[in-house]
Amino acid sequence: MTLFLVLEQGLNGLQFGVMLFLMAAGLTLVFGIMNLVNLAHGSLYMVGAYLATMFVQLTGAFVLAVVLALAGTLLVGVVVELVALRTLYERDHLDQVLATFGLILFFNELIAILWGRAALYSSLPAWLSGHIQVLPGVRYPVYRALVILVGLAVAALLWVVVSRTRLGMLIRAGASNRTMVAALGVNIRLLYTVVFGFGAALAGLAGLMAGPIYAVQPGMGEQILIQVFVVIVIGGIGSIRGALVGSVIVGMVDTLGRAFLKPMLATFLSPSAADTAGPALASMLIYMLMAAVLAFRPQGLFPARGI
Amino acid sequence: MGSPTRVVVLGLGLLLLAGVPPAAAVFNQPFYVDLFRRVMIFAIAALSLDLILGYGGMVSFGHAAYLGVGAYAVGVLMHHGIHNGFVQWTLAVVASTLVALAIGAVSIRTSGVYFIMITLAFTQMLYYLGISVEEYGGDDGMRLATRSQFPGLMDLKNPTVFYYLVLGVLLMFLYIGHRLVNARFGMVIRAAKSNEPRARAIGFSLYRYKLTAFAIAGAMCGVAGALLVNQTEYLTPEFMHWTRSGEIMFMVILGGMGTLVGPIIGAAVFLLLEDVLSAWTVHWQIILGPFLILVVLFAKRGLFGLLPGAASRNG
Amino acid sequence: MAEPLLAIRGLTKSFGGLRATDGVDLDVLEGETRAIIGPNGAGKTTLIGQLAGDLRPDAGAIRFAGRDVTRLGTPVRSRLGLARSFQITSIFRNFSALDNVALAVQAHSGHSFRFWRPAHAERALREPARAVLESVGLGARADVLAANLAHGEQRQLEIAMALAAKPRLLLLDEPVAGMGLEESQRMVRFLGAFKGRVTIVLVEHDMDVVFSLADRISVMVYGRIIATGTPEEVRGNEQVRKAYLGEDAALAC
Repeated sequence: MTLFLVLEQGLNGLQFGVMLFLMAAGLTLVFGIMNLVNLAHGSLYMVGAYLATMFVQLTGAFVLAVVLALAGTLLVGVVVELVALRTLYERDHLDQVLATFGLILFFNELIAILWGRAALYSSLPAWLSGHIQVLPGVRYPVYRALVILVGLAVAALLWVVVSRTRLGMLIRAGASNRTMVAALGVNIRLLYTVVFGFGAALAGLAGLMAGPIYAVQPGMGEQILIQVFVVIVIGGIGSIRGALVGSVIVGMVDTLGRAFLKPMLATFLSPSAADTAGPALASMLIYMLMAAVLAFRPQGLFPARGI
Repeated sequence: MGSPTRVVVLGLGLLLLAGVPPAAAVFNQPFYVDLFRRVMIFAIAALSLDLILGYGGMVSFGHAAYLGVGAYAVGVLMHHGIHNGFVQWTLAVVASTLVALAIGAVSIRTSGVYFIMITLAFTQMLYYLGISVEEYGGDDGMRLATRSQFPGLMDLKNPTVFYYLVLGVLLMFLYIGHRLVNARFGMVIRAAKSNEPRARAIGFSLYRYKLTAFAIAGAMCGVAGALLVNQTEYLTPEFMHWTRSGEIMFMVILGGMGTLVGPIIGAAVFLLLEDVLSAWTVHWQIILGPFLILVVLFAKRGLFGLLPGAASRNG
Repeated sequence: MAEPLLAIRGLTKSFGGLRATDGVDLDVLEGETRAIIGPNGAGKTTLIGQLAGDLRPDAGAIRFAGRDVTRLGTPVRSRLGLARSFQITSIFRNFSALDNVALAVQAHSGHSFRFWRPAHAERALREPARAVLESVGLGARADVLAANLAHGEQRQLEIAMALAAKPRLLLLDEPVAGMGLEESQRMVRFLGAFKGRVTIVLVEHDMDVVFSLADRISVMVYGRIIATGTPEEVRGNEQVRKAYLGEDAALAC
């Protein structure tokens, strides 16, 4: 277990955390402001990944493909909001869960029809395929470093929007008291669509960035979605700050756990026991963390609404 | 359950189910024994979910976890050479009760959106656990050596015997559920769903009752899991996949939640629909998705719920 | 003098920068009927919330029936004899009126880990419930779905549920809210019949109700109790007049 390995995994953890954050930020706002449980958020992530892969193949130009994929996901998100989700705002959580579950089934199957069930792999352009020196003697893939930077930039942008702009003020107010914001005469429908669109764009961004790193296949959205839920539960619903802290914690714990738990266990367990227990425990780590946080703070670390 | 219409429908339904094996023998279609047995197994799972969802208002999106725990209890013991059904199924019940208590203890202190996400997360955790343990097949799963053995009592290898066993378990749980929801315990759970602050204000400490209901539902679903793995003779972590939870929940809603009988109908309609649609196209889920959305938006009371019911029907 | 049934000391609760209750001290003797009045925003709802157990105070203590209940949850307080009605009618809408009251009886009749016998068959629950319903005048409506009761009847049902627990203290949050004149007067007569037998703390805006029922009145302004006394004493109190009664045209008498 060299220092290099730890640093590399640490950066991977940060990269994963950043992607979780992009998903979590949109989802937590939708939970907090519209009180909508949207299981189909992962589908937008998947749409982003597939659109990016498709546009890269069609145009051959990576940057153009990214822009198109982002725009495409935003469009899909807004259409879904206008057509399917509007009716759900007034419904109870059970209805929302089931209806968005139906959306997941629909999207997964649609993607399977269009692109098949086999995993696709996006290729990276040459200028993103290399490694860079992040520290003396430490090399890290350019692409992953870029993902981290983009993610942090978005986090900073979100911070600016939420704390410095009028829209951000409405968002913070809405997250802490939805009825009050409506009573103040704000165009709630428009605010909801904007917030949802924002979330969809962020999910699409996460998806298109994920393409070259993870497998692009139907159902990929749900795998990450559930980890995003863990982030939100830990961070607290409705809170961007909670989403950021939660994402970094979950990203780090999961990545470092998967990398180092088995070797750590192997120091005092038999190799075969460590072989089984290692991956098994590593996959459970973030959920145990969630349970631990809940035991002390059932509302999460930074809930937007007071107790 | 109440009204005459509903009782008649229930009676007819049960007669129909009882008549499947002889009818299948007459028409030489043994496949239907298999199919309806699968329906009944999922009916048990859906019924157990109805207890906490339809009557208790607890939106647990992680119910498939107990299906998996029950199945794995049987499968793991089988793998290690213990074929005795009594031992296996007892472990299935004990294990799923303990897991339900553990998950419930943490989740029930939360509510609303948190509860849904947490139950979903824990189920996924169990799924990943199942995948990562290579000894029991990992994500490919593994074949069972045989069905659970009940030496001297019955032979589950006989499809008809197994069928009637499942029917018997379903009837037993239906009756138990009926007594439960009308007893003091059931009244507390239903009151909690109806108006939780009010239930607290009149003096019910709800946590203990909800946790107990959660454990009972988990135990029942664990039995369904033991039955399921015997049905398929194949153990797979897919039993615990969160989409399975969604399907079971859909069955409850489709049939009519808060009725106990509704979930049975829901399981039947769902699985029969799945059977028909998947023969027609491999992409049947693209129809199922929107169908689910439509049911939720327009037919929330479900099929059994549409039948005229007793005026004081709750839930 | 005997220990008060309800003793509140230094009760403080803030929301953000706002001090909703600011060091409230209050003693209610057993058998007394105490009204708490005050302008909107005075903190009455927050006070009731803390008494009932919905809100945790930031500081201070509440003693009920000789016990410190400050850290106890709502259900436990209810079982100790503190019953409440809600400002906005809160009943079990999809149960019958009788079921509603029977549930209240059940909560105070031992535990509910009974899984087999139908609750409807338990006469020990049904008969007291029926009796309470009769006493509030809803006897004929016992089998009606609570959601189908008239608004006034639902308020009566609220009181019935509180009474079914044979409470030592009745905490009533605006019991006649939304009632017409006749209904209010009926409610006042009904509550009056309990005076002395049950300790009552009521929050109310309707001054007729307050002056008919209350033995003593506590006036709350900006989170503090500024005066406590008999209706005459309070009517004559200069501070109270200025802060509250003075604005109220209905009191120009």
